[in-house]
Amino acid sequence: MTALVRLRPSEAARRPGRIAILGAPNSGKTTLFNALTGHRAKAGNYPGVTVDRREGDLQSRFGADDVRLIDLPGVYSLQPQSEDETVAVRVLEGGFGEPAPEGVVVVVDATTIERGLPLLAEAAALGLPVCVALTMIDELKARHGEIDPKELQEELGVPVVGVVGNRGLGIDDLGALVSSPWDWTASPSLLHGAEARTPEDRFAWARAVLGACRRQAPEPNRWTRRLDRLLLHPIVGSAVFLTFVAFFFQAIFTWATPAMDFLSGLMDGLADQVLATLPDTALTRLMADGVIRGVGAVIVFLPQIVLLFAVILFLEGCGYMARAAFVVDRVMGWVGLEGRCFIALLSSYACAVPGIMATRTIPSPRDRLTTILVAPFATCSARLPVYLLLIAAFIPADPVLGPFTWQGLTLMGLYFLGTAAALLSAAVFKRGLLRGAALPFYLELPPYRLPRPSDIALGVWDRGKLFLRRAGTIILAVSVVLWFLLNLPRRPADPELSVVENQRMVLEGSYAASAGRLLEPVFAPMDFDWRVNVGLVASQAAREVMVATLAQIYAQEGQDEEGLGVLLAGSGEGGTAPLLSRASALALLVYFAFAMQCMSTLAVIRRETGGWRWPAFTFAYMNALAWLGAWLTFVLASAAGA
Amino acid sequence: MDRTLADVADARDGRLLEIAEVTGTGAASRRLREIGFCTGAPVRFLRRAPLGDPAMYELRGALLSLRRSEAQRIRVHRAAP
Repeated sequence: MTALVRLRPSEAARRPGRIAILGAPNSGKTTLFNALTGHRAKAGNYPGVTVDRREGDLQSRFGADDVRLIDLPGVYSLQPQSEDETVAVRVLEGGFGEPAPEGVVVVVDATTIERGLPLLAEAAALGLPVCVALTMIDELKARHGEIDPKELQEELGVPVVGVVGNRGLGIDDLGALVSSPWDWTASPSLLHGAEARTPEDRFAWARAVLGACRRQAPEPNRWTRRLDRLLLHPIVGSAVFLTFVAFFFQAIFTWATPAMDFLSGLMDGLADQVLATLPDTALTRLMADGVIRGVGAVIVFLPQIVLLFAVILFLEGCGYMARAAFVVDRVMGWVGLEGRCFIALLSSYACAVPGIMATRTIPSPRDRLTTILVAPFATCSARLPVYLLLIAAFIPADPVLGPFTWQGLTLMGLYFLGTAAALLSAAVFKRGLLRGAALPFYLELPPYRLPRPSDIALGVWDRGKLFLRRAGTIILAVSVVLWFLLNLPRRPADPELSVVENQRMVLEGSYAASAGRLLEPVFAPMDFDWRVNVGLVASQAAREVMVATLAQIYAQEGQDEEGLGVLLAGSGEGGTAPLLSRASALALLVYFAFAMQCMSTLAVIRRETGGWRWPAFTFAYMNALAWLGAWLTFVLASAAGA
Repeated sequence: MDRTLADVADARDGRLLEIAEVTGTGAASRRLREIGFCTGAPVRFLRRAPLGDPAMYELRGALLSLRRSEAQRIRVHRAAP
């Protein structure tokens, strides 16, 4: 334990400090990290939000320059079993080519303090100076529990600060503290705890420490008990869940439509303005049709994206997501996976990229790989614009029951389809090439908490920005390339024909059209025409590009008066034929539910699995399944007379 | 008083139980002990998930979900009053 005796460095020798923040999952580390650094990393009431280390500088308002904070993934102990835990331990031991941190802030949830102190003992055993941030002290008081940080500090020797991270209480004290880790001196009691060899000894030590502090354990959280009784009830709970989900999908259609119509009008107005004011050159049309209408067709779905993330973030923040993992764990067990895989799959409903990163919390390499391979089936937010456009065009808005229409139910059905595909594929993989025993699974169920509206707003803002950034980069780029492919080769205008007819000639003879026709044998069984085929090829880069492609094609055909959905359905006054029959439209929806069409996901699979083998495999099996599913849908829907 | 040994997976009601031992020596058992399922710790069964498995337990002030296969490693007896 000699390493615990540290010399106070002379003034000149004081170097910028690196301080690690360590704690159990869901103990409030990320909230503290954000409060100290002014960052806005995502925090959820949800174990496993931080899967990688994250660094940030202490804000200068705390009176110290040059203090770097490292937010570590949550761990229960320093004997790592999964990749994210290994990251935490390596940082503390001085891995990743960097020296060990100068000190460690151990974050302990005051409401479950007995479970947090053993980690403090383990951290102290590493020989690093430690201090304690006691979080959730407001919740402890509300549940009539008590602990005096000063008494605890006396017992442990090292500083103990009570904080309420999301309200900023105690943050100033903690901020002032972290700049001088050499002042944190462990008491004989803490040194004794650090010598404990078994978990039993550490917990016994924790009880002794708390016994010396006249601590009052909190009463059970009554609200959480009551809500659990309701929400985890086999019948009531399932009914609440299904009703909620159905309302949510219906809301995407009914509530978000006015906002979407407004954006849509804005984009069309802008494109018309460009065409009217600028001289009629190829560049002007590239701007109006390729950029504004193409990218704009994707941007109009911003309201739905905002709604989606507001709901996801609320469910995460209030603690319901962990319950969902608890409820479906049986299904996961049947599939052969554990609850942490479910949590990674859940994140994939936003986007498969963070979902695949979240698989780092899974200790078993086989389970982890299986989850990575099936995560792209989860209905990510990039599929939403495609679904919404096609459903609005081809599925009738007739009411089915109360406020629910066929459109809302179709959307819900597609989400279930993606989920079923993920689970069934996982079951196949686990029984086949990735067979292996399941490792132990335990899930901590946090108490229900009302998430702060500002946290949700910030989260939604970040996701909205990301959506717009995608529209402004990858979708814009593909859209522009596509515009050229749809407009080349040039042909001399036929004076006999109108401008629109001439444009149609160019389009029909374009490189894109040739490519689309080349693919007709592949997609002919589903009755997709070349325009859909072009969209399918282009959307290999990113799914939303499908929407941008169709918008461009229709704009170029000289039809941009009515909404894109009306045009696709052929129900407008222009009297054009519909793009697809209803059976083909359903087939296309199923294709999108299954297909692997996302460069970023393939790239992250390559990074997480260390080679091209698994991304290539994912690409092949998902697209094969997509084709089969689409064909089967077409055959069945045609037989049913759709 | 009845202090018969059983594993915590067999718990049927919310009575307070005391952990007698965690069987096994592998990574799984070690982790159960690390998260607080140690000899002598009080534990309470709260409810089963709607599909019958896993189950929720109260341990040292926290709510934890364990599958049957894990819960069977944890031997308990009725806590002394």
